[in-house]
Parts: sequence; C-alpha cells; structure tokens
Amino acid sequence: MTQAIDKPQTLSTATSLGPTFSALRCRECGETYELGAKHVCEDVCFGPLEVVYDYDLIRQRVSRASIEAGPKSIWRYKDFLPVATDTPIDVGTGMTPLLKTNRLARRLGLKSLYIKNDAVNMPTLSFKDRVVSVALTRAQELGFTTVSCASTGNLANSTAAIAAHAGLDCCVFIPSDLEAGKVLGTLIYNPTLMAVRGNYDQVNRLCSEVANTQGWGFVNINLRPYYSEGSKTLGYEVAEQLGWQLPDHIVAPLASGSLFSKIHKGFQEFIKTGLVEDKAVRFSGAQAEGCSPISQAFKEGRDFVTPVKPNTIAKSIAIGNPADGIYALDIARKTNGNIEDVTDAEIIDGMKLLAETEGIFTETAGGTTIAVLKKLVEAGKINPDETTVAYITGNGLKTQEAVQGYIGEPLTIDPKLESFERALERARTLERLDWQQTSV
Amino acid sequence: MAIKVLIPTPLQKFTNNEATVECDAGSVVALMDTLEGHFPGIKARLCDDQGELRRFVNFYVNSEDIRFLDGKETPLKDGDEVSIVPAVAGG
Repeated sequence: MTQAIDKPQTLSTATSLGPTFSALRCRECGETYELGAKHVCEDVCFGPLEVVYDYDLIRQRVSRASIEAGPKSIWRYKDFLPVATDTPIDVGTGMTPLLKTNRLARRLGLKSLYIKNDAVNMPTLSFKDRVVSVALTRAQELGFTTVSCASTGNLANSTAAIAAHAGLDCCVFIPSDLEAGKVLGTLIYNPTLMAVRGNYDQVNRLCSEVANTQGWGFVNINLRPYYSEGSKTLGYEVAEQLGWQLPDHIVAPLASGSLFSKIHKGFQEFIKTGLVEDKAVRFSGAQAEGCSPISQAFKEGRDFVTPVKPNTIAKSIAIGNPADGIYALDIARKTNGNIEDVTDAEIIDGMKLLAETEGIFTETAGGTTIAVLKKLVEAGKINPDETTVAYITGNGLKTQEAVQGYIGEPLTIDPKLESFERALERARTLERLDWQQTSV
Repeated sequence: MAIKVLIPTPLQKFTNNEATVECDAGSVVALMDTLEGHFPGIKARLCDDQGELRRFVNFYVNSEDIRFLDGKETPLKDGDEVSIVPAVAGG
C-alpha cells in the first residue's frame, strides 16, 4: 500500500507581508487542522474543511484603491485567497466582462439584468480557471509535483492547461461519454487522461480511492479547501464591476453547490471587510431537470439532498451526489431565493436566447441558467426592478453537440448573384412563415 | 470469503494503515459494529451520536451508492465490496 497524501507544509516563497490565512476548520463541527492537503474533518465528523482567515488583517491591508491598482486577474484579490506566495500562477484568469444586457433584459421584462461572462474566462473558457489557478498555486506551495482531478470536462480542460503552464505533471479523470470538445480541449495539453466508463459520481468515487494511494494533489479532493475558494472571485468581481456595490439578485448554475456558496461567501467577505455596504442579496440556483437533486430538495422543503442518477445534456453540471448541496439549499432559503430546474429542450432554448440577444455562446450550463432565469421571471419570482446578475460559467464551443440540429443549416449557394438572391428570398420567406407561426 | 471494506486514508490510522480490511456482517449498519469491534473508535467517525451514518460520508456496496439500495439496512453477503468515501466537491 502506498501511503498518504498529507504532506508537510512548505511555504517556499512567503509573501513579504505574510499570509492572511492560518488554519483549516471544519464547517460542521469547528474542529481545526493545520494547513495541509486535507479536505475532510478526519478527527470528528468528516465535514468539509474551510480555510480560516484573519479578516482584521485583511481589512487593514486591503482597500478599494489597493484592489483597483492590482493585476487585471483574480490575483487582485490575493489577500482573500489561500496562497502565501507573492508570485501565484497568473494566466490572466478572471476580470471577465460584466455585461449590462439590453435586448435580453427587454425580452424578459427586466430593467437591470447583467451577465457575468465567464464563457470568455482565460485560459480555457470556463470559471474553472479561477479555482484551478488557486489550487495549483497552493499545490506548488505544498510541494506537489503531480496534480489531478475528477471532472465533468471544464475542470479537466483547466487543470491540464494550467498544469502545463506551471510545468506540473497532470493526470485527469473524466466520464467516457463527454462532449468531443471537452476531451480534445484536455488532450491538447498532453496530460494523462483517464476516460472512465461511468458517470461523474463514479469517477469521483474512483478518484477518492486513487487519492488514497497516490501522492498527488487532487484539486477537488485533497486540495478542495483551497480550490473552492477561487470561486469567491466571481462574487468580488461582480461587486467591484457594479461600482463597489452588491446586486439585488443572482442566478447561478448548481452542480455540486460549491460555486453558489462561494459567491455568497465572497459577498459576505466584502461586507465584513468594509469594501461594500451590507445588503440582502437573493440567491437563485439553476439545475437541469435530468439532474436536479438540489432543486427537488428545495421544492419538497427537505434539508437533505437525495442523490440521483444524471440524465441530461447539461453534462458539466450533471452531479447526482452534490457535496455542497445542503449549503446551496440553505443559502437559497435564507436569502429568499429559489432553486428551479428546466428540461433539456428549455436548456437549448436558453442557449439560443442568450446567443441571439446578447451575442454570447454559452454551453449547456449557461443555457440552464438562462432558462431558469426566464422561468423565474415568468413565475414572478424575480422583481423586474431588481438588479439581477446571471452567471454564465462556460463556453458553447465546447458543447456543440448539444445544439446541433436545433439551430438551422447554412444556405449553400453557387458563387453567382442569382443563386444568392434566390437563397435570400427563400430565407426571408421561411423567416416570415416562422414569424407568422409564432404569432399565431 | 468475507466482505472487503475499502478504508479511506483519514481512517487508516484505526486500521494499522491498512487500506483494505475483511470482515463479516449482514448489513451496512451491522458492519459499523463489526468494524468497531476490530478497530475501536472507527464507528464514531462514520456514525453520529444517534447511530446514523454521517451525511458527509458516502457508502457504496459493489460500486452502488447505498442510498440507491436500502440505505444503512442494505444487506451484505460474502464477496461484497464496501467502499467508504468522503464527499467530494464537483467538477
């Protein structure tokens, strides 16, 4: 048997000001642990461990001006992140556009709707670059030379790419039925890629067992307390981009529930350190009907999440056994938000709606978010006057299969004016018929 | 043949650093007592004060989550493999 993943902490490049974090603490029972590659409360209850920060120190050190003077990446918020080095892995991750929508807002009947567009996050076009930049920086600090992950695709892309940039060995695990773009978008970085015959939850279980036997840094297993903190930057950036204020309502996709709870934590930390005024923000979550364990629990008033077997085109959020599901439930309830789910057909419509109105091609998770946003508006659960932010977390070019056959075909013509004019007339007629049909 | 139990790293301190142990039990809940008999202290990590399986620990019998089977009452037989896995964030 090969032993253990715990390694002594080696902070080789300590910051001149010293780190703002000091320990890991169990979110459930409060037991504390030294900073290491450890993710569960192994001495008491197996609850998830979180990083403990010194918020007084952060408050002394950080101001709106100091953040604005920082790099144009997630590292402008470094004092809020669990890395000690002055030279984190910076591949330009973060500071993605916060787009004020006009056409989509009008279509939905909202007055102030923003899209946080991580479909163009760098380097691999999903929000996962945020968590991986933090996890791999921390992995280096802890002395790991090989990094790994269990992934529904986006995390695999990101871990492989940023490991390549950092010169770390990389072995990633994915379900074998992923979209071609996500497989290719991992292989190009030349990691060892394991395509597991099973769903994501089975991949996850396998990786937990592998993590027991290999001395690797698994970003979402033994590095999870550090990794998950990267998602807080989606909260910080929205607050900063709104002119240092919080929105009224956010809508975000729910897979494991981690992203959702970390956006919430990001807002709370900005309030705690005086960077924004305290304000109640409503949190609403989006799931695909074919994998909606958190939505089902929300609707049934349960405070526990029963796992399901995923069956949806929204593979990047198809987690049937969501580890942070109970925290997402709690946040949605206490902020007077909602959790809703939509069908695969609605997800495709959501992708098309965002593309046609705002020029953003998102993947299925983004389609889920837009479809749920629409559903909540139609149900009167989002006030038209609320400043609402919808989080788009991934890029549609990676999941082209999802919309193939639903978005029409190009008009193939001869290189002659007559051929063009004939095709144009035909297209206009079809458009008119289509319009008449929808009007009826 | 007995039941094979895969022990996660955090609990191997109870099992003399063994990643796999073998024992006999008729169900998952009975397995908790059997494990406790062999490795005192391990049950308290897996079950709360009321004897319920902790919510952040997942149990699998032959790769199937016991919540898709009969939960803690899921029967066990010789040759079964039980895997104990802490919850993992997604992906």
